[in-house]
Amino acid sequence: MFGWEFPPHISGGLGTACYGLTKGMASIPGLEILFVVPKTFGDEDQRIIRILGADNVSMDIRKIRHRKYLKDISFIEIDSSLVPYSSPEEYEKLVKKPQNKRKRFIETKTGGKFSFTGGYGKNLFEEIANYAIVAGEIALTQDFDIIHAHDWLTFPAGVAAKRASGKPLVIHVHATDFDRSGGNVNPGVFEIEKMGMNLADRIIAVSNLTRNTIIDKYGIDPARVETVYNAVDPIPDQEKLRLKRGITDKVVTFLGRVTIQKGPEYFIQAAYKVLQKMDNVRFVMAGSGELLEKMIHWTAALGISDRFHYTGFLRGDDVFRMFSISDVYVMPSVSEPFGISPLEAMQSNVPSIISYQSGVAEILKYAFKVDFWDVDAMADAIYGLLNYPALSNIFRKYGIQEVHDMKWENSGKKVYSIYKEFVQ
Amino acid sequence: MYFQVHQPFRFRRYRFFDIGNDHYYYDDYSNETILQKVAEKCYLPANEMMLELIEKHQGKFRVAYSMSGIAVEQFKLYAPEVLESFKRLADTGHVEFLSETYSHSLASLKDGGEFERQVKAHRELMREHFGKAPKVFRNTELIYSDDIGARVAKMGYKAMLTEGAKHVLGWKSPNYLYCNALNPKLKLLLKNFKLSDDIAFRFSNKGWSEYPLTAEKYVEWLNRIPKKEEVVNLFLDYETFGEHQWKETGIFDFLKALPDMVFKHSPFTFSTPSEVADNLQVIAAANVPHAISWADEERDLTAWLGNEMQQEAFNKLYSLCDKVYSVEDPAIRQDYAYLQVSDHFYYMSTKFFSDGEVHSYFNPFDTPYEAFINYMNILGDFEIRLNAALKTHVDDQVARLSKIIQEKEDQLKRLEKQLAGKKPVRIASRKPSAAKVPIRAGGVEAGDAPQRKKAASTGTRKTGKKSNPAKKSPSGKKSSGK
Repeated sequence: MFGWEFPPHISGGLGTACYGLTKGMASIPGLEILFVVPKTFGDEDQRIIRILGADNVSMDIRKIRHRKYLKDISFIEIDSSLVPYSSPEEYEKLVKKPQNKRKRFIETKTGGKFSFTGGYGKNLFEEIANYAIVAGEIALTQDFDIIHAHDWLTFPAGVAAKRASGKPLVIHVHATDFDRSGGNVNPGVFEIEKMGMNLADRIIAVSNLTRNTIIDKYGIDPARVETVYNAVDPIPDQEKLRLKRGITDKVVTFLGRVTIQKGPEYFIQAAYKVLQKMDNVRFVMAGSGELLEKMIHWTAALGISDRFHYTGFLRGDDVFRMFSISDVYVMPSVSEPFGISPLEAMQSNVPSIISYQSGVAEILKYAFKVDFWDVDAMADAIYGLLNYPALSNIFRKYGIQEVHDMKWENSGKKVYSIYKEFVQ
Repeated sequence: MYFQVHQPFRFRRYRFFDIGNDHYYYDDYSNETILQKVAEKCYLPANEMMLELIEKHQGKFRVAYSMSGIAVEQFKLYAPEVLESFKRLADTGHVEFLSETYSHSLASLKDGGEFERQVKAHRELMREHFGKAPKVFRNTELIYSDDIGARVAKMGYKAMLTEGAKHVLGWKSPNYLYCNALNPKLKLLLKNFKLSDDIAFRFSNKGWSEYPLTAEKYVEWLNRIPKKEEVVNLFLDYETFGEHQWKETGIFDFLKALPDMVFKHSPFTFSTPSEVADNLQVIAAANVPHAISWADEERDLTAWLGNEMQQEAFNKLYSLCDKVYSVEDPAIRQDYAYLQVSDHFYYMSTKFFSDGEVHSYFNPFDTPYEAFINYMNILGDFEIRLNAALKTHVDDQVARLSKIIQEKEDQLKRLEKQLAGKKPVRIASRKPSAAKVPIRAGGVEAGDAPQRKKAASTGTRKTGKKSNPAKKSPSGKKSSGK
């Protein structure tokens, strides 16, 4: 399996999903997973799977230049100042520094090892290409039956491994650039995604929403695309993660990157409407991103800053602490391939409002669904959940059961059955 | 055969920010279009066919209807010709109209007083439109229990219709006349759900092993019923004809052919519920300690009151009942009637997750949660209005009563002073006292006293009411505008 990140070093849902899936598959007898990431930090959970850092693989550069499997990935030499999927902090740094045009050159450290940041920095495309080179090398030295690549960053690696070994390739689409960019697609990313989809033997989409995007926007044969929904891990120690509530006001929470994709402005509009009718409620926007400053200005202009709070980026347990003091969770995503966070909210006993434009809306019953643009409906749902206890009680009571039944083991089994089509 | 005729007043999308600002709750557009559509597809052609059949068979073909008050109001508003055609059916003398609750409500489960009020209102409505006060009762959704039956008997009905629920009847057949377990005077007609639902739900189902259903086949089934069984009660939604089962399915042809088939090839005849109740002997009492209905597999109340949202909305609604009837406000009474329509609770059902496309088919809301929030928002606004009305009402009362008290006190003071002034004389005469008071009391109330006295005996009520709304209405508005 090729991934770009692995807990605890994650910037979003991708790493969490990869971790969950591999854990879910660990119990399948006779299945062994080698998980390759660009860089290991040494504190990854290696109890159930082996993790290999691409930065630890020794390479003979002279040999590499003659490898055939690299011919398809030569176009990776793209200069771009716009790097998608960047983590908020890195994006900040990026936009403030003017970018120099640079050509890719293969640069190795001692012992023929590549260095990787494993992040989403300005050398992203270079890292993706180097990662693919290492992947080809790994494919030649390791023994395996199937290749599984998670999201576009690892598609070149997956393709390289397939070329080198001749083994079948499954690619797993957690998000497309149409989701991330709000329609303003980066042509370089699109090319890589399409190349991966074209060359893969099977494509796994995390929802029918994503499956449709793959079929419609990338022109892929529907027969090759299958939906496997994500799941969620149980929270280990909920009591420990409980925060003492310092206020009597109700708390409504948005949690996610503050980017176009996540629809933060709709949350603010809904908050404004609710605040016209209620004064014992506060709104929290947890996360950061390119729209953050704009949002802060806007809430100030609306005159609701005293009731609207920003926490910045929350990580790990802080997410659950935030949930423990929330009364309603809102995910107004404009385009969300899956969306694990409402499941985490529901695990924490927080009723969720999610947009129909999310993959998770396809499987959740005990969540309130609205169109992301329908601010009136969103505000009405927030008001209803805060004021009519029967509704929030139903969501809490049945929601926790519903989420409990979404197990990574089930997703894992489904992925395994796809493997079985190619491997005896 | 009995047919249920009902259409709810559907609510518009009512957001929380409308609460206190906008007191109009109804989606006129969809109410009108749906009613006219159903009138055109079902009520008018079906009525016409019924009339034809009754005339053709010279009264041997008979049917019964139960029509909610809400449906009658909508006919008046949007399709008066439907009401006219029902009147023509009534005029044949072979059609019986049954009693039910005016609002097609679930009041029988919660508030006996409100239930009886609605039944009476509905009885009057039937008398007004169809010339006769019904003698047979049919509760909303065929809801029935021993207690409800006993209450209905007390109101003077001789018979009642309900579901032949399996879990109630056990091995017993619904094809006899039963009676209420508490009051045997009330006879019970039980729905033969198998033969009813064959028409209502399965008629056009191509996956059904008996598809297509013809009148021949149906009469053959009737003939298979053991000879000693006495009656087959077919209870259907009237909308089965042309709306739930479209005209193209052949449902009208089936209906048209049925009486002929029955008369020619079976020993069966058609009767109205009253005739059944009068002519047959009761075979046993039906024990129904827990309420049943005609809905879903379970034949219970879970479609309307199955989850917490439905229960909260239901309890909240009936907690306002006393307040509603302590103010004389026709608009509030009307909205209260429309709020009680059972359909609103049906929309909040979460049962469709597991069961019944039927639920989602009738539902204008995408999810039960939206239905619930919408309803609670409306109820919130209704309560604000109700409290405002109640406040003016109570203020009126308080003003009136305090005025009376004030007068009594004045009178008392006067009399006391009189006593003090004329100690030796035990019997006080009025005239000197009236003359005295102005002088003694002097200042504030002096000139007022004689006038007040007059008011106390005749016009207090009037003055109190007249002066107060003028004073109070701005404050009432203010509170509802917040």
